Amino acid sequence: MTITIRKTKKSDRLKEIVEQLSGADLSICLQCKKCSSGCPVNKQTVSRPSEIMRRLHLNAGDELLESDIIWTCVSCETCSTRCPMGIEVAAIIDALRKLALERKASKQKGNVPLFNKAFLKTVEIFGRTYEIAMIAAYKLGTGKFMNDTEKFPTMIKKGKISLIPSLHGDRKIVRRIFKKTKENKGAKV
Amino acid sequence: MRYAYYPGCSAESTARDMHESTLAVAKALGIEMVEPKGWTCCGATAGHQTDRILAASLPAASLVKVKDMGLDMVVNCAACYNRMKMANNEISTDSEIRTSVCDAIGRDYDGSVNVRHFVEVLLKDVGLETIKKAVKHSLKGLKVACYYGCLLVRPPKVMKFDDPENPTSLDKLVKVIGGESIDWSGKVECCGGGLSLTRTDVVVDLTDSILGMAQKAGADCIAVSCPMCQVNLDLRQQDIKKQTGRDYEMPIVYITQLLGLSFGISPDKLGFKKLMVPASNILEKVAQNSNE
Ligand code: SF4
Ligand code: SF4
Ligand code: SF4
Ligand code: SF4
Repeated sequence: MTITIRKTKKSDRLKEIVEQLSGADLSICLQCKKCSSGCPVNKQTVSRPSEIMRRLHLNAGDELLESDIIWTCVSCETCSTRCPMGIEVAAIIDALRKLALERKASKQKGNVPLFNKAFLKTVEIFGRTYEIAMIAAYKLGTGKFMNDTEKFPTMIKKGKISLIPSLHGDRKIVRRIFKKTKENKGAKV
Repeated sequence: MRYAYYPGCSAESTARDMHESTLAVAKALGIEMVEPKGWTCCGATAGHQTDRILAASLPAASLVKVKDMGLDMVVNCAACYNRMKMANNEISTDSEIRTSVCDAIGRDYDGSVNVRHFVEVLLKDVGLETIKKAVKHSLKGLKVACYYGCLLVRPPKVMKFDDPENPTSLDKLVKVIGGESIDWSGKVECCGGGLSLTRTDVVVDLTDSILGMAQKAGADCIAVSCPMCQVNLDLRQQDIKKQTGRDYEMPIVYITQLLGLSFGISPDKLGFKKLMVPASNILEKVAQNSNE
């Protein structure tokens, strides 16, 4: 495959920032493509982990943050496990996700950031996850409330979804964690 | 044997069956499980997809509570287990992360709590001999495909749980209770659990392929030890049927449910009614075996 690199203004530091965020060394990649061949979502994505590695190494710019692998990746760690050079490929994808959010790369199919936000918001409030609130926040955000909801009655009957949140968690410590993370300009949650 | 048992949020909802069967099995084997008071969510995939410090601090909030108890932490949910171990690894190997985490949780924590999966406790601390002695009903003739998914075994450097490509921990447990653990190629394939709500298309595809592999290998059921895998493989069979016409009717059970059954614990106490795809074939087999 030919990889064309389009340079954009902010391009100069993407590689270094990713290396710093992930702690991985990009220069040792052999381009053996083992990471891509074991990637469970490789049928669904146009971009593959090995391609991301190559592009980063060639100093790709912010256009890389639009790659579909970034939000289709399920963090299964197969790539990192199989890489013969021991590169933490999954950690590199994590770093790109963070940059994609910070630099406001375009939203993608499925809107994983919205889901993560809904998930973490319920944790921040209740100290533990609370599915109903989380699912509602996510579904309302996507405007596709009806998908999956036909399963709710059975799941509630079977006790698979609880109707009341658990309030036994230490909410104080969790709120402190979120407050501190925001102060440190970490997660935008 | 006494452990600090971290149930994980899903124990209170989607995985109540896992929670109940774990406690029942522990009790039968004389393992004492103490819940750390005020434990909180580990942040799961959403945490580590968002921020490295947040991802290490959320587990640390519960880990530090276990440190105070002076016990090993036992976890059953593969996702929680993974996050706990990853956080410990980050905190104990990177001093900058440790400083930020301690600042976030408002206490010092060194990443030293020993985090163990319940399956590991069963194999290493209890031992197969003791488990064998507890068996009342054999699962003879039941073909079980053991499914490990991703988070239990990967990344192997940190998890150190089992062989990352061909794990056998669950298979050993199935065999000791008389079941037949089958050879199949889906053991460590990913089911896409984290994308369950956001990219149902991807998840239907991945679960369809895993269920297909198990069926082809002749499995009567799939045994799991992760609530996300369980829900995903169980629930998505409806969607697969709708979209492809393939109807697997493959029960997805927790390994602890199978153990409990073989110990003679009633299926109701093990949460069998909570399964979406009923496990009647398993219950029949056990009843049949015990009448023989
Ligand atoms: S497996 Fe490792 S060395 Fe091979 S292409 Fe992927 S990142 Fe590069
Ligand atoms: S972690 Fe992501 S990129 Fe790596 S193999 Fe899994 S899905 Fe693919
Ligand atoms: S992984 Fe899931 S079940 Fe476990 S604590 Fe985190 S949110 Fe709860
Ligand atoms: S739910 Fe699926 S994606 Fe998550 S750990 Fe289990 S196998 Fe992996």
